[in-house]
Amino acid sequence: MSAPTMTTDKVAEPRRSRHRGDVPRPRGGSFAKALRRNLTAHGFLIGAVLCFSFFSWYPMVREFLLAFQKTEGGRTTWAGWSNLTTVFNDPAFWQAWRNTALFTVLALVLGFAVPFLVAVVLNEFRHAQGYLRMLVYLPVMLPPVASVLLFKYLYDPGYGLFNEILGFFGLPAQQWLQDPDTSMLSVVIAATWMNMGGATLIYLAALQGIPGELYEAAELDGAGVLRKIWHVTVPQTRLILSLMLLMQIIATMQVFVEPFLLTGGAGPEGSTTTVVYLIYQYAFNFNNYGAAAALGLVLLVLLAGFSAVYVKLSRAEDE
Amino acid sequence: MRSARFRRSRRAGAVTLVSALTLTALAACGTSSSSDDSGGSGSGGNSDPAAPLDPKTKLTLTIDCMPPAAKAAELEQWKEDVAEFNKTYPNITIEGRSTPGQCLEPPRFTAMLKAKSQPDVFYTYFTDLPQVLDNDGAEDITAYVTDKTVPLLKNIDPGVLNSLKHEGKLYGLPTSNYTMGLLVNRKLFRQAGLDPDNPPRTWADVRTAAKKIAGLGKGIAGFGEYSAGNTGGWHFTAQMYSLGGDVVDASGKKAAFDNDIGKQVAENLHAMRWQDRSMGQTQLLKWGDLQKQIASDKLGMFLAAPDDITYMVQQLGAAYENFGMGPIPGERSTLAGGNNYMIKKGISADKIKAAVAWLNFKNLTVGKGQFDWARSKADKLPVGLPQPNFWLNGSKSKDDAARAQHATMPVANFKTYLDNPVPGKAEPPKAQEIYKVLDNVMSGILTNEDADIDKLLATAASQVDQVLATG
Repeated sequence: MSAPTMTTDKVAEPRRSRHRGDVPRPRGGSFAKALRRNLTAHGFLIGAVLCFSFFSWYPMVREFLLAFQKTEGGRTTWAGWSNLTTVFNDPAFWQAWRNTALFTVLALVLGFAVPFLVAVVLNEFRHAQGYLRMLVYLPVMLPPVASVLLFKYLYDPGYGLFNEILGFFGLPAQQWLQDPDTSMLSVVIAATWMNMGGATLIYLAALQGIPGELYEAAELDGAGVLRKIWHVTVPQTRLILSLMLLMQIIATMQVFVEPFLLTGGAGPEGSTTTVVYLIYQYAFNFNNYGAAAALGLVLLVLLAGFSAVYVKLSRAEDE
Repeated sequence: MRSARFRRSRRAGAVTLVSALTLTALAACGTSSSSDDSGGSGSGGNSDPAAPLDPKTKLTLTIDCMPPAAKAAELEQWKEDVAEFNKTYPNITIEGRSTPGQCLEPPRFTAMLKAKSQPDVFYTYFTDLPQVLDNDGAEDITAYVTDKTVPLLKNIDPGVLNSLKHEGKLYGLPTSNYTMGLLVNRKLFRQAGLDPDNPPRTWADVRTAAKKIAGLGKGIAGFGEYSAGNTGGWHFTAQMYSLGGDVVDASGKKAAFDNDIGKQVAENLHAMRWQDRSMGQTQLLKWGDLQKQIASDKLGMFLAAPDDITYMVQQLGAAYENFGMGPIPGERSTLAGGNNYMIKKGISADKIKAAVAWLNFKNLTVGKGQFDWARSKADKLPVGLPQPNFWLNGSKSKDDAARAQHATMPVANFKTYLDNPVPGKAEPPKAQEIYKVLDNVMSGILTNEDADIDKLLATAASQVDQVLATG
């Protein structure tokens, strides 16, 4: 007996725009007329528009302009590409990208796989699921500074709990954050613990949306736990997984708080200097806003690429 | 069909609603129509810088760094000084502005300069001069500062005044200055069988003493160093200075630490950290960390300025009696810095004169304002620290005597530091950027037992060359 296949027959109908399909278009069609017809509605909108203008859009435009400007002797002048040249020639530039990429890769290996596995395990529980969900989400509710202080104590090479545990099992003490080779991994472990709760709950919601019949059918076919995960769970959550993957890439590329608080930013021999920390240094320690904006722009272009893929995938999921 | 009048009134209603909502939104967004009060008449005064300020001049002067309410005694002194100042200049209103925490936090300071929102008289560190000039933020006060307006001008250390000059023009007046020395924990010194009244004077002595102090066990470190947040580079620079070295050569275009002195500094630290194990296991420390360690009797020595002690007593609950100071080991030269007030570019000549008159009274007169040690003692504020320390000649002897007379702490603990003044040397150009690079040298030495010192120094030198080569 074979498992029933789930097919969704696509109805051939013309695609309608989701944004304007259901809204009656004003007669006359011109923008001014539309504005007049919905004056009250626009009145309500204006507050949000003004707030966004002042606090989101204007700073973005200003940042873009700053990237091509220089301030010297009180005069702001156009600097062409010189800020970008400064940034690209900075010896810390490539190191910061390497470190950020390493953080991203490690964070994906840990921060992507661990929450998914935890969600799969949680999904198997029939009792106390609410309590367990709260337990998993608890670290997210802790202020980052408190979590970091906790990890600083755990990692301390002199009196830290981790080395105490290693010593108990007769293993050699580690330097954790204090060793250029293990500093980034230590930061990632802390960051994963601090942030995995949110991702776990999203995966859990996706898992709970998988029809039980599929698992029953797989069981009838003799599938074990691993085969059920591989042949049912993963394909059914594929889209959520890819969206989360992209979201995590976008988030981890902007990592700042954890290395800044755990290692003072740069870390041993600069091993935890990230791109956003470098931006912070340019702006607030070197008073070089042009270079900070230029590096921000480089990061923006890269993340915009990832975001475009994310939007495309979101649309695919909508449809 | 609705009447035209109704349509009009509906539209008018909508317009009114939109206007009201717009205003509400603006209010919600937090925009305010505050105007920067230029204050007072100011006009009608004499714009000749050399002419004295007319005591009848009426104006308002905004000034940074008024003590916050939490520092009740200092705030009371500020008010007393304003009242005293107003006896001479009754029509000048001093409008103090206080900030919680430090008077100057770099991010806030930078934003203030960009927005041109600094008060008429604003507080800066010596090292901020290039940044202030880049933002065209300060007035050239050379013509306003004379023996008449600042009678003790000739007794102020010229090295300190030079820190406030650019191309021969004066841009600020000092309030305090420091030179880095070796801060010691007297209790741990005694426990380790060392003499706290004779702190180590060479780096070899430091190493020996650190080993003895670390020998006390219980997680106590003999000597501590920074290696994060740019403070590691700052202290590496101080150590280079102490041995007669530098981090940037005379041309200002080349790194000057990839040499025997740089190697000596690095190797000494590496040996203390990994051979002697006298520097503690926890590294990547930055400003504030070593202070906590020494205040809790977990650290024997570190390089510091005298006012670190005030911080440890007032914020960390330590006792003045537990600390002493010696000159920086090596004693060839030491890192010098300090803070000062500058005057906002573009304010009226009378306001500048009023600002100079206030700064002279509050910060540059022996026996008055901040140098009224009798009053500070009565107000239970610390007296006896060797900071500020910019007086020379008669002013110095007079101020030192008053400080000793009203001391609230054992001044003998600073005797070695005071009796052996080390020439101060300013921070290098592009200091923070260079410190960032040198942080890597410090963290490399202190976190990596197998650190390749030659490679660390060579890499850092080429990076500093790059930093100095860019505009």
